Amino acid sequence: MLRDITLGQYYQTESLIHRLDPRVKLGGTLLYIISLFFFRNFWGYGVALVFLAMVVRLSHVPVKFMVKGMKSILFLLLITVVFNLFLIPGTELVSFWRLTITVEGLRTAVTMALRLTFLIIGSSVMTLTTTPNNLTDGMEKMMKPLKVFHVPVHEVAMIMSIALRFIPILMEETDKIMKAQIARGADFDSGSLIRRARALVPLLVPLFISAFRRANDLAMAMEARCYRGGEGRTKMKPLVYQKRDRMAYLCIAVYLAVSITAGRL
Amino acid sequence: MSIIFDHVDYVYGGDTPLEVKALDDICLQIPDGQFVGIIGHTGSGKSTLVQHMNGLLKATSGHIYFNGEDIYDRDFPMKKLRSRVGLVFQYPEYQLFEVDVLSDVCFGPKNLGLDRKEAELKAFDALRKVGLPMELYYQSPFELSGGQKRRVAIAGVLAMEPEVLILDEPTAGLDPKGRDEILSQIRQLQRDTGITILLVSHSMEDVAEYVERIIVMNNGRVLYDDVPKKVFARYKDLEEIGLAAPQVTYILHELQRRGFPVDVSATTIEEAAETIRKAAAKC
Repeated sequence: MLRDITLGQYYQTESLIHRLDPRVKLGGTLLYIISLFFFRNFWGYGVALVFLAMVVRLSHVPVKFMVKGMKSILFLLLITVVFNLFLIPGTELVSFWRLTITVEGLRTAVTMALRLTFLIIGSSVMTLTTTPNNLTDGMEKMMKPLKVFHVPVHEVAMIMSIALRFIPILMEETDKIMKAQIARGADFDSGSLIRRARALVPLLVPLFISAFRRANDLAMAMEARCYRGGEGRTKMKPLVYQKRDRMAYLCIAVYLAVSITAGRL
Repeated sequence: MSIIFDHVDYVYGGDTPLEVKALDDICLQIPDGQFVGIIGHTGSGKSTLVQHMNGLLKATSGHIYFNGEDIYDRDFPMKKLRSRVGLVFQYPEYQLFEVDVLSDVCFGPKNLGLDRKEAELKAFDALRKVGLPMELYYQSPFELSGGQKRRVAIAGVLAMEPEVLILDEPTAGLDPKGRDEILSQIRQLQRDTGITILLVSHSMEDVAEYVERIIVMNNGRVLYDDVPKKVFARYKDLEEIGLAAPQVTYILHELQRRGFPVDVSATTIEEAAETIRKAAAKC
Protein backbone atom coordinates (compact mmCIF):
# COMPACT_ATOMS: atom_id res chain seq x y z
CA MET A 1 0.00 0.00 0.00
CA LEU A 2 2.66 2.48 0.99
CA ARG A 3 5.60 1.15 -0.93
CA ASP A 4 5.56 3.61 -3.81
CA ILE A 5 7.45 6.57 -2.37
CA THR A 6 10.76 7.05 -4.18
CA LEU A 7 11.99 10.52 -3.29
CA GLY A 8 14.63 9.88 -0.67
CA GLN A 9 14.77 6.16 -1.28
CA TYR A 10 17.95 4.24 -1.84
CA TYR A 11 18.29 2.02 -4.90
CA GLN A 12 20.65 -0.81 -4.20
CA THR A 13 23.05 -1.65 -6.99
CA GLU A 14 26.75 -1.48 -7.75
CA SER A 15 28.12 1.55 -9.58
CA LEU A 16 30.81 4.19 -9.54
CA ILE A 17 28.35 6.79 -8.32
CA HIS A 18 27.27 4.54 -5.45
CA ARG A 19 30.87 4.17 -4.33
CA LEU A 20 31.66 7.88 -4.33
CA ASP A 21 32.19 9.61 -1.01
CA PRO A 22 28.86 11.07 0.18
CA ARG A 23 30.56 14.46 0.59
CA VAL A 24 31.29 14.52 -3.14
CA LYS A 25 27.70 13.71 -3.93
CA LEU A 26 26.31 16.25 -1.46
CA GLY A 27 28.64 19.01 -2.63
CA GLY A 28 28.19 18.06 -6.26
CA THR A 29 24.41 18.12 -6.02
CA LEU A 30 24.48 21.47 -4.29
CA LEU A 31 26.81 22.98 -6.90
CA TYR A 32 24.73 21.45 -9.69
CA ILE A 33 21.57 23.02 -8.32
CA ILE A 34 23.28 26.39 -7.90
CA SER A 35 24.61 26.21 -11.45
CA LEU A 36 21.06 25.88 -12.75
CA PHE A 37 20.34 29.40 -11.57
CA PHE A 38 23.25 30.97 -13.41
CA PHE A 39 22.11 30.25 -16.93
CA ARG A 40 20.82 33.04 -19.16
CA ASN A 41 20.30 30.99 -22.30
CA PHE A 42 19.41 27.42 -23.22
CA TRP A 43 22.98 26.34 -23.93
CA GLY A 44 23.58 26.08 -20.21
CA TYR A 45 20.60 23.78 -19.80
CA GLY A 46 21.90 21.70 -22.67
CA VAL A 47 25.20 21.19 -20.85
CA ALA A 48 23.34 20.47 -17.59
CA LEU A 49 21.22 17.87 -19.36
CA VAL A 50 24.22 16.12 -20.86
CA PHE A 51 26.00 16.08 -17.49
CA LEU A 52 22.92 14.75 -15.70
CA ALA A 53 22.37 12.07 -18.34
CA MET A 54 25.98 10.94 -17.96
CA VAL A 55 25.70 10.71 -14.17
CA VAL A 56 22.40 8.83 -14.39
CA ARG A 57 23.97 6.46 -16.88
CA LEU A 58 26.94 5.88 -14.58
CA SER A 59 24.72 5.31 -11.56
CA HIS A 60 23.08 2.17 -13.06
CA VAL A 61 19.74 3.25 -11.63
CA PRO A 62 16.91 2.71 -14.13
CA VAL A 63 15.62 6.00 -15.54
CA LYS A 64 12.16 4.83 -14.55
CA PHE A 65 13.06 5.45 -10.89
CA MET A 66 14.20 9.00 -11.55
CA VAL A 67 10.99 9.78 -13.35
CA LYS A 68 8.95 8.26 -10.52
CA GLY A 69 10.31 10.95 -8.19
CA MET A 70 8.99 13.53 -10.63
CA LYS A 71 5.43 12.43 -10.08
CA SER A 72 5.38 14.02 -6.65
CA ILE A 73 6.09 17.49 -8.03
CA LEU A 74 4.08 17.18 -11.22
CA PHE A 75 1.34 19.36 -9.78
CA LEU A 76 3.77 22.04 -8.66
CA LEU A 77 5.43 21.95 -12.05
CA LEU A 78 2.09 22.36 -13.79
CA ILE A 79 1.08 25.36 -11.70
CA THR A 80 4.46 27.03 -12.24
CA VAL A 81 4.30 26.55 -15.98
CA VAL A 82 0.68 27.72 -16.32
CA PHE A 83 1.15 30.84 -14.19
CA ASN A 84 4.35 31.89 -15.90
CA LEU A 85 2.94 31.17 -19.33
CA PHE A 86 -0.15 33.34 -18.99
CA LEU A 87 0.70 36.03 -16.47
CA ILE A 88 3.99 37.52 -17.64
CA PRO A 89 3.52 40.67 -19.70
CA GLY A 90 5.60 41.35 -22.84
CA THR A 91 5.52 40.85 -26.58
CA GLU A 92 2.45 38.91 -27.58
CA LEU A 93 2.96 35.52 -29.19
CA VAL A 94 -0.53 34.06 -29.45
CA SER A 95 -3.79 35.16 -27.91
CA PHE A 96 -7.13 33.40 -27.56
CA TRP A 97 -10.25 34.13 -25.50
CA ARG A 98 -8.88 36.21 -22.59
CA LEU A 99 -5.52 34.51 -22.39
CA THR A 100 -2.31 35.77 -23.92
CA ILE A 101 0.98 33.96 -24.21
CA THR A 102 4.00 36.23 -24.48
CA VAL A 103 7.49 35.47 -25.65
CA GLU A 104 8.85 36.32 -22.22
CA GLY A 105 6.20 34.17 -20.53
CA LEU A 106 7.00 31.17 -22.67
CA ARG A 107 10.69 31.65 -22.00
CA THR A 108 10.26 31.87 -18.24
CA ALA A 109 7.86 28.92 -18.18
CA VAL A 110 10.25 26.66 -20.05
CA THR A 111 13.20 27.81 -17.93
CA MET A 112 11.31 27.16 -14.72
CA ALA A 113 10.16 23.73 -15.87
CA LEU A 114 13.71 22.78 -16.84
CA ARG A 115 15.14 24.03 -13.57
CA LEU A 116 12.61 22.17 -11.45
CA THR A 117 13.00 18.96 -13.43
CA PHE A 118 16.79 19.02 -13.29
CA LEU A 119 16.70 19.97 -9.63
CA ILE A 120 14.49 17.04 -8.67
CA ILE A 121 16.24 14.48 -10.85
CA GLY A 122 19.63 15.78 -9.72
CA SER A 123 18.81 15.36 -6.05
CA SER A 124 17.09 12.02 -6.74
CA VAL A 125 20.38 10.76 -8.15
CA MET A 126 22.02 11.61 -4.85
CA THR A 127 19.39 9.98 -2.63
CA LEU A 128 19.01 6.96 -4.89
CA THR A 129 22.73 6.21 -4.85
CA THR A 130 23.56 7.04 -1.22
CA THR A 131 22.28 5.21 1.83
CA PRO A 132 20.69 7.56 4.37
CA ASN A 133 23.38 6.65 6.91
CA ASN A 134 26.14 7.51 4.50
CA LEU A 135 24.43 10.77 3.72
CA THR A 136 24.26 11.87 7.35
CA ASP A 137 27.85 10.76 7.84
CA GLY A 138 28.83 13.00 4.98
CA MET A 139 26.82 15.90 6.34
CA GLU A 140 28.32 15.47 9.78
CA LYS A 141 31.84 15.59 8.41
CA MET A 142 31.10 18.54 6.15
CA MET A 143 29.58 20.57 8.96
CA LYS A 144 32.30 19.78 11.46
CA PRO A 145 33.86 23.26 11.23
CA LEU A 146 30.61 24.64 12.69
CA LYS A 147 31.57 23.05 15.99
CA VAL A 148 33.66 26.12 16.68
CA PHE A 149 30.38 28.03 16.97
CA HIS A 150 28.98 25.42 19.40
CA VAL A 151 26.65 23.88 16.83
CA PRO A 152 25.89 20.33 18.05
CA VAL A 153 26.87 18.79 14.71
CA HIS A 154 27.11 15.19 15.87
CA GLU A 155 23.80 15.31 17.71
CA VAL A 156 22.00 16.82 14.73
CA ALA A 157 23.48 14.16 12.46
CA MET A 158 22.44 11.41 14.89
CA ILE A 159 18.92 12.79 15.12
CA MET A 160 18.72 12.90 11.35
CA SER A 161 19.97 9.37 10.84
CA ILE A 162 17.56 8.05 13.47
CA ALA A 163 14.68 9.94 11.87
CA LEU A 164 15.61 8.53 8.48
CA ARG A 165 15.92 5.05 9.95
CA PHE A 166 12.44 5.35 11.44
CA ILE A 167 10.71 6.30 8.20
CA PRO A 168 10.55 2.80 6.71
CA ILE A 169 9.75 1.29 10.11
CA LEU A 170 6.87 3.66 10.70
CA MET A 171 5.64 3.19 7.15
CA GLU A 172 5.55 -0.53 7.65
CA GLU A 173 3.81 -0.02 10.96
CA THR A 174 1.23 2.26 9.35
CA ASP A 175 0.63 -0.37 6.73
CA LYS A 176 0.15 -3.04 9.38
CA ILE A 177 -2.19 -1.01 11.59
CA MET A 178 -4.14 0.12 8.54
CA LYS A 179 -4.63 -3.47 7.47
CA ALA A 180 -5.62 -4.51 10.97
CA GLN A 181 -8.25 -1.79 11.15
CA ILE A 182 -9.49 -2.53 7.64
CA ALA A 183 -9.88 -6.13 8.78
CA ARG A 184 -12.13 -4.74 11.51
CA GLY A 185 -14.23 -2.98 8.90
CA ALA A 186 -12.57 0.45 8.98
CA ASP A 187 -12.96 2.51 5.84
CA PHE A 188 -10.15 4.94 5.04
CA ASP A 189 -11.01 6.08 1.56
CA SER A 190 -14.63 7.02 1.24
CA GLY A 191 -16.98 9.59 2.70
CA SER A 192 -16.68 13.31 3.30
CA LEU A 193 -13.49 15.06 4.37
CA ILE A 194 -14.56 15.16 8.03
CA ARG A 195 -15.49 11.49 7.97
CA ARG A 196 -12.13 10.64 6.50
CA ALA A 197 -10.28 12.72 9.05
CA ARG A 198 -12.17 10.96 11.83
CA ALA A 199 -11.42 7.60 10.25
CA LEU A 200 -7.73 8.33 10.82
CA VAL A 201 -8.05 8.23 14.60
CA PRO A 202 -7.89 4.42 14.80
CA LEU A 203 -4.74 4.64 12.69
CA LEU A 204 -2.97 7.58 14.32
CA VAL A 205 -3.45 6.68 17.97
CA PRO A 206 -1.75 3.26 17.70
CA LEU A 207 0.89 4.74 15.39
CA PHE A 208 1.86 7.46 17.87
CA ILE A 209 1.91 5.01 20.75
CA SER A 210 4.13 2.70 18.79
CA ALA A 211 6.46 5.53 17.73
CA PHE A 212 6.91 6.65 21.34
CA ARG A 213 7.44 3.08 22.47
CA ARG A 214 10.09 2.55 19.81
CA ALA A 215 11.82 5.83 20.57
CA ASN A 216 11.90 4.93 24.23
CA ASP A 217 13.28 1.45 23.52
CA LEU A 218 15.94 2.88 21.24
CA ALA A 219 17.01 5.48 23.80
CA MET A 220 17.36 2.74 26.40
CA ALA A 221 19.31 0.49 24.04
CA MET A 222 21.66 3.36 23.22
CA GLU A 223 22.21 4.19 26.86
CA ALA A 224 22.78 0.53 27.66
CA ARG A 225 25.66 0.65 25.16
CA CYS A 226 27.10 3.71 26.84
CA TYR A 227 26.19 6.21 24.14
CA ARG A 228 26.87 9.71 25.41
CA GLY A 229 27.15 11.94 22.35
CA GLY A 230 29.90 12.46 19.83
CA GLU A 231 32.80 13.20 22.21
CA GLY A 232 35.67 10.84 21.47
CA ARG A 233 33.53 8.62 19.26
CA THR A 234 35.29 6.90 16.35
CA LYS A 235 33.78 5.43 13.22
CA MET A 236 33.92 1.91 11.85
CA LYS A 237 34.11 3.25 8.31
CA PRO A 238 35.65 6.70 8.45
CA LEU A 239 35.15 8.80 5.35
CA VAL A 240 38.44 9.22 3.46
CA TYR A 241 38.72 10.72 0.01
CA GLN A 242 39.90 8.27 -2.66
CA LYS A 243 41.29 8.94 -6.09
CA ARG A 244 37.84 8.57 -7.65
CA ASP A 245 36.49 11.24 -5.33
CA ARG A 246 39.15 13.70 -6.41
CA MET A 247 38.40 12.84 -10.04
CA ALA A 248 34.72 13.45 -9.37
CA TYR A 249 35.46 16.86 -7.88
CA LEU A 250 37.48 17.65 -11.00
CA CYS A 251 34.58 16.58 -13.22
CA ILE A 252 32.20 18.80 -11.26
CA ALA A 253 34.60 21.73 -11.58
CA VAL A 254 34.88 21.20 -15.33
CA TYR A 255 31.11 20.95 -15.59
CA LEU A 256 30.66 24.19 -13.66
CA ALA A 257 33.15 26.03 -15.82
CA VAL A 258 31.71 24.76 -19.09
CA SER A 259 28.04 25.14 -18.22
CA ILE A 260 28.32 28.61 -16.73
CA THR A 261 30.43 29.87 -19.61
CA ALA A 262 27.99 28.35 -22.09
CA GLY A 263 24.99 29.61 -20.14
CA ARG A 264 26.21 33.20 -20.14
CA LEU A 265 27.30 33.48 -23.75
CA MET B 1 -19.33 -22.87 1.95
CA SER B 2 -15.56 -22.74 1.84
CA ILE B 3 -12.46 -20.84 0.83
CA ILE B 4 -10.75 -22.03 -2.32
CA PHE B 5 -7.34 -20.90 -3.62
CA ASP B 6 -6.84 -21.59 -7.30
CA HIS B 7 -3.21 -21.25 -8.48
CA VAL B 8 -2.55 -18.09 -6.48
CA ASP B 9 0.74 -16.22 -6.92
CA TYR B 10 1.80 -13.11 -5.07
CA VAL B 11 4.89 -11.03 -5.85
CA TYR B 12 6.25 -8.34 -3.51
CA GLY B 13 8.05 -5.26 -4.81
CA GLY B 14 7.60 -6.03 -8.49
CA ASP B 15 9.98 -4.29 -10.92
CA THR B 16 12.65 -3.59 -8.29
CA PRO B 17 15.78 -5.56 -7.47
CA LEU B 18 14.03 -6.57 -4.24
CA GLU B 19 11.35 -8.57 -6.02
CA VAL B 20 10.23 -11.55 -3.94
CA LYS B 21 7.78 -14.25 -4.83
CA ALA B 22 5.91 -14.55 -1.56
CA LEU B 23 3.29 -17.02 -2.78
CA ASP B 24 3.95 -19.53 -5.49
CA ASP B 25 1.11 -21.44 -7.13
CA ILE B 26 -1.04 -22.00 -4.06
CA CYS B 27 -3.98 -24.37 -4.43
CA LEU B 28 -6.01 -24.98 -1.30
CA GLN B 29 -9.48 -25.73 -0.11
CA ILE B 30 -10.65 -24.93 3.38
CA PRO B 31 -14.07 -26.36 4.15
CA ASP B 32 -16.44 -25.02 6.79
CA GLY B 33 -15.90 -25.74 10.43
CA GLN B 34 -12.38 -27.05 10.10
CA PHE B 35 -9.66 -26.22 12.61
CA VAL B 36 -6.56 -25.71 10.49
CA GLY B 37 -2.98 -24.94 11.47
CA ILE B 38 -0.74 -23.09 9.05
CA ILE B 39 2.90 -23.66 9.90
CA GLY B 40 6.00 -22.21 8.38
CA HIS B 41 9.29 -20.60 9.12
CA THR B 42 9.58 -16.79 9.27
CA GLY B 43 9.25 -15.55 5.70
CA SER B 44 7.64 -18.72 4.39
CA GLY B 45 4.59 -16.79 3.20
CA LYS B 46 2.10 -17.86 5.85
CA SER B 47 1.07 -14.34 6.86
CA THR B 48 0.87 -13.33 3.20
CA LEU B 49 -1.34 -16.33 2.56
CA VAL B 50 -3.90 -15.45 5.22
CA GLN B 51 -4.01 -11.80 4.19
CA HIS B 52 -5.39 -12.96 0.86
CA MET B 53 -8.33 -14.65 2.54
CA ASN B 54 -10.06 -11.41 3.42
CA GLY B 55 -8.85 -9.49 0.41
CA LEU B 56 -6.25 -7.31 2.15
CA LEU B 57 -3.69 -8.40 -0.40
CA LYS B 58 -4.59 -8.97 -4.00
CA ALA B 59 -3.06 -11.95 -5.72
CA THR B 60 -0.73 -11.16 -8.62
CA SER B 61 -2.35 -14.01 -10.50
CA GLY B 62 -4.85 -16.76 -9.74
CA HIS B 63 -8.30 -16.76 -8.17
CA ILE B 64 -9.76 -17.00 -4.69
CA TYR B 65 -13.31 -18.13 -4.11
CA PHE B 66 -15.33 -17.53 -0.97
CA ASN B 67 -18.49 -19.63 -0.82
CA GLY B 68 -18.31 -20.13 -4.55
CA GLU B 69 -17.88 -16.48 -5.49
CA ASP B 70 -14.70 -15.04 -6.96
CA ILE B 71 -13.57 -12.35 -4.51
CA TYR B 72 -11.83 -10.43 -7.30
CA ASP B 73 -15.06 -9.95 -9.22
CA ARG B 74 -15.80 -6.30 -9.69
CA ASP B 75 -19.12 -6.41 -7.85
CA PHE B 76 -17.96 -8.63 -5.00
CA PRO B 77 -18.72 -6.93 -1.67
CA MET B 78 -15.22 -6.74 -0.15
CA LYS B 79 -16.40 -5.05 3.03
CA LYS B 80 -18.82 -7.86 3.70
CA LEU B 81 -16.08 -10.42 3.12
CA ARG B 82 -14.03 -8.74 5.83
CA SER B 83 -16.84 -9.13 8.32
CA ARG B 84 -17.22 -12.81 7.44
CA VAL B 85 -13.53 -13.64 7.43
CA GLY B 86 -12.10 -12.17 10.63
CA LEU B 87 -8.36 -11.71 10.68
CA VAL B 88 -6.45 -11.18 13.91
CA PHE B 89 -2.98 -9.88 13.12
CA GLN B 90 0.31 -10.63 14.83
CA TYR B 91 0.64 -8.56 17.99
CA PRO B 92 -2.95 -7.35 17.63
CA GLU B 93 -2.65 -5.28 20.81
CA TYR B 94 -0.93 -2.61 18.71
CA GLN B 95 -4.22 -1.84 16.99
CA LEU B 96 -6.06 -0.78 20.16
CA PHE B 97 -6.94 2.90 20.25
CA GLU B 98 -10.15 3.60 22.18
CA VAL B 99 -10.56 5.09 25.63
CA ASP B 100 -11.95 1.90 27.14
CA VAL B 101 -11.98 -1.79 26.33
CA LEU B 102 -15.65 -2.01 25.48
CA SER B 103 -15.61 0.86 22.97
CA ASP B 104 -12.58 -0.65 21.31
CA VAL B 105 -14.32 -3.98 20.81
CA CYS B 106 -17.36 -2.06 19.51
CA PHE B 107 -15.29 -0.60 16.68
CA GLY B 108 -15.78 -3.63 14.41
CA PRO B 109 -19.54 -4.10 14.85
CA LYS B 110 -20.09 -0.34 14.50
CA ASN B 111 -18.23 -0.39 11.20
CA LEU B 112 -20.71 -3.03 10.07
CA GLY B 113 -23.44 -0.45 10.56
CA LEU B 114 -24.89 -1.72 13.85
CA ASP B 115 -26.22 0.82 16.32
CA ARG B 116 -24.59 1.38 19.69
CA LYS B 117 -26.78 -0.99 21.64
CA GLU B 118 -26.37 -3.92 19.27
CA ALA B 119 -22.66 -3.28 18.96
CA GLU B 120 -22.25 -3.27 22.73
CA LEU B 121 -24.19 -6.52 23.04
CA LYS B 122 -21.87 -8.16 20.54
CA ALA B 123 -18.87 -6.67 22.30
CA PHE B 124 -19.99 -8.04 25.67
CA ASP B 125 -20.52 -11.43 24.10
CA ALA B 126 -17.09 -11.43 22.45
CA LEU B 127 -15.32 -10.30 25.62
CA ARG B 128 -17.02 -13.10 27.53
CA LYS B 129 -15.91 -15.61 24.92
CA VAL B 130 -12.25 -14.62 25.25
CA GLY B 131 -12.55 -14.84 29.03
CA LEU B 132 -11.70 -11.29 30.00
CA PRO B 133 -12.76 -10.46 33.59
CA MET B 134 -15.83 -8.23 33.68
CA GLU B 135 -14.21 -5.53 35.85
CA LEU B 136 -11.78 -4.69 33.04
CA TYR B 137 -14.44 -3.80 30.47
CA TYR B 138 -14.40 -0.09 31.27
CA GLN B 139 -10.67 0.31 31.76
CA SER B 140 -8.30 1.86 29.28
CA PRO B 141 -6.91 -0.90 27.03
CA PHE B 142 -3.43 0.55 27.52
CA GLU B 143 -3.45 -0.28 31.24
CA LEU B 144 -3.95 -4.01 30.70
CA SER B 145 -1.29 -6.70 30.70
CA GLY B 146 0.05 -8.13 27.44
CA GLY B 147 -2.16 -11.22 27.55
CA GLN B 148 -5.25 -9.20 28.42
CA LYS B 149 -4.61 -6.73 25.61
CA ARG B 150 -4.35 -9.60 23.20
CA ARG B 151 -7.70 -10.98 24.37
CA VAL B 152 -9.29 -7.59 23.84
CA ALA B 153 -7.87 -7.42 20.33
CA ILE B 154 -9.12 -10.92 19.52
CA ALA B 155 -12.53 -9.97 20.93
CA GLY B 156 -12.45 -6.93 18.63
CA VAL B 157 -12.53 -9.26 15.65
CA LEU B 158 -14.82 -11.85 17.23
CA ALA B 159 -17.44 -9.18 17.88
CA MET B 160 -18.01 -8.98 14.15
CA GLU B 161 -19.18 -12.61 14.36
CA PRO B 162 -17.10 -13.95 11.47
CA GLU B 163 -17.69 -17.35 9.88
CA VAL B 164 -13.97 -17.85 9.50
CA LEU B 165 -11.52 -16.70 12.15
CA ILE B 166 -7.86 -16.40 11.22
CA LEU B 167 -5.32 -15.90 14.00
CA ASP B 168 -1.82 -14.92 12.95
CA GLU B 169 0.61 -16.05 15.69
CA PRO B 170 -1.90 -15.42 18.49
CA THR B 171 0.55 -16.63 21.14
CA ALA B 172 3.69 -14.74 20.06
CA GLY B 173 5.38 -13.09 23.01
CA LEU B 174 3.12 -14.68 25.65
CA ASP B 175 4.28 -16.85 28.54
CA PRO B 176 3.38 -20.58 28.47
CA LYS B 177 0.39 -20.09 30.75
CA GLY B 178 -1.02 -17.25 28.66
CA ARG B 179 -0.38 -19.30 25.55
CA ASP B 180 -2.27 -22.35 26.81
CA GLU B 181 -5.16 -20.22 28.03
CA ILE B 182 -5.61 -18.44 24.72
CA LEU B 183 -5.28 -21.62 22.67
CA SER B 184 -7.73 -23.59 24.77
CA GLN B 185 -10.19 -20.70 24.65
CA ILE B 186 -9.91 -20.72 20.88
CA ARG B 187 -10.61 -24.45 20.86
CA GLN B 188 -13.60 -23.95 23.14
CA LEU B 189 -14.87 -21.26 20.80
CA GLN B 190 -14.55 -23.58 17.84
CA ARG B 191 -16.44 -26.33 19.64
CA ASP B 192 -19.21 -24.00 20.78
CA THR B 193 -19.82 -22.11 17.56
CA GLY B 194 -18.48 -24.45 14.87
CA ILE B 195 -16.74 -21.66 12.99
CA THR B 196 -13.75 -22.31 10.77
CA ILE B 197 -10.49 -21.43 12.49
CA LEU B 198 -7.08 -20.97 10.92
CA LEU B 199 -4.20 -20.83 13.33
CA VAL B 200 -0.95 -19.47 11.92
CA SER B 201 2.16 -20.38 13.86
CA HIS B 202 5.78 -21.32 13.53
CA SER B 203 5.57 -23.70 16.44
CA MET B 204 4.34 -27.25 15.97
CA GLU B 205 3.95 -27.56 19.72
CA ASP B 206 1.29 -24.86 19.61
CA VAL B 207 -0.90 -26.41 17.01
CA ALA B 208 -0.32 -30.15 17.44
CA GLU B 209 -2.79 -30.46 20.24
CA TYR B 210 -5.58 -28.42 18.72
CA VAL B 211 -5.86 -28.65 14.97
CA GLU B 212 -7.25 -31.37 12.71
CA ARG B 213 -5.26 -30.39 9.66
CA ILE B 214 -1.83 -28.85 9.13
CA ILE B 215 -0.65 -26.88 6.13
CA VAL B 216 3.13 -26.53 6.04
CA MET B 217 4.44 -23.57 4.06
CA ASN B 218 7.96 -23.19 2.78
CA ASN B 219 9.31 -20.54 0.39
CA GLY B 220 5.82 -19.47 -0.61
CA ARG B 221 4.69 -22.99 -1.46
CA VAL B 222 2.48 -25.52 0.26
CA LEU B 223 4.84 -28.29 1.25
CA TYR B 224 2.50 -30.61 3.15
CA ASP B 225 -1.23 -30.48 3.68
CA ASP B 226 -2.43 -33.33 5.85
CA VAL B 227 -3.61 -34.48 9.26
CA PRO B 228 -1.08 -33.78 12.05
CA LYS B 229 -0.01 -37.42 12.47
CA LYS B 230 1.04 -37.72 8.84
CA VAL B 231 2.80 -34.35 8.80
CA PHE B 232 4.77 -35.12 11.96
CA ALA B 233 5.78 -38.50 10.57
CA ARG B 234 8.06 -36.51 8.25
CA TYR B 235 9.83 -34.85 11.15
CA LYS B 236 13.18 -35.32 9.45
CA ASP B 237 12.04 -33.31 6.40
CA LEU B 238 10.49 -30.69 8.68
CA GLU B 239 13.84 -30.15 10.35
CA GLU B 240 15.40 -29.48 7.00
CA ILE B 241 13.18 -26.45 6.47
CA GLY B 242 13.84 -25.14 9.96
CA LEU B 243 10.77 -26.54 11.67
CA ALA B 244 10.44 -29.26 14.25
CA ALA B 245 7.86 -31.84 15.23
CA PRO B 246 6.48 -31.74 18.79
CA GLN B 247 8.85 -33.09 21.41
CA VAL B 248 6.73 -36.19 22.01
CA THR B 249 7.37 -37.25 18.43
CA TYR B 250 11.10 -37.29 19.09
CA ILE B 251 10.74 -39.14 22.38
CA LEU B 252 8.50 -41.79 20.83
CA HIS B 253 10.80 -42.30 17.84
CA GLU B 254 13.78 -42.67 20.17
CA LEU B 255 11.88 -45.17 22.31
CA GLN B 256 10.94 -47.18 19.23
CA ARG B 257 14.55 -47.15 18.04
CA ARG B 258 15.58 -48.67 21.36
CA GLY B 259 13.09 -51.48 20.87
CA PHE B 260 10.16 -50.17 22.90
CA PRO B 261 6.87 -51.03 21.11
CA VAL B 262 5.24 -47.57 21.11
CA ASP B 263 2.94 -46.00 18.56
CA VAL B 264 5.03 -43.17 17.07
CA SER B 265 2.06 -41.38 15.51
CA ALA B 266 0.87 -39.94 18.83
CA THR B 267 0.93 -36.14 18.64
CA THR B 268 -0.30 -34.91 22.01
CA ILE B 269 1.19 -35.50 25.42
CA GLU B 270 -1.89 -37.47 26.52
CA GLU B 271 -1.73 -39.81 23.54
CA ALA B 272 1.98 -40.30 24.06
CA ALA B 273 1.48 -41.12 27.74
CA GLU B 274 -1.21 -43.62 26.77
CA THR B 275 0.93 -45.49 24.23
CA ILE B 276 3.95 -45.54 26.57
CA ARG B 277 1.77 -46.98 29.34
CA LYS B 278 0.49 -49.70 26.99
CA ALA B 279 3.98 -50.51 25.80
CA ALA B 280 5.25 -50.66 29.37
CA ALA B 281 2.45 -53.08 30.30
CA LYS B 282 3.52 -55.40 27.44
CA CYS B 283 7.17 -55.51 28.53
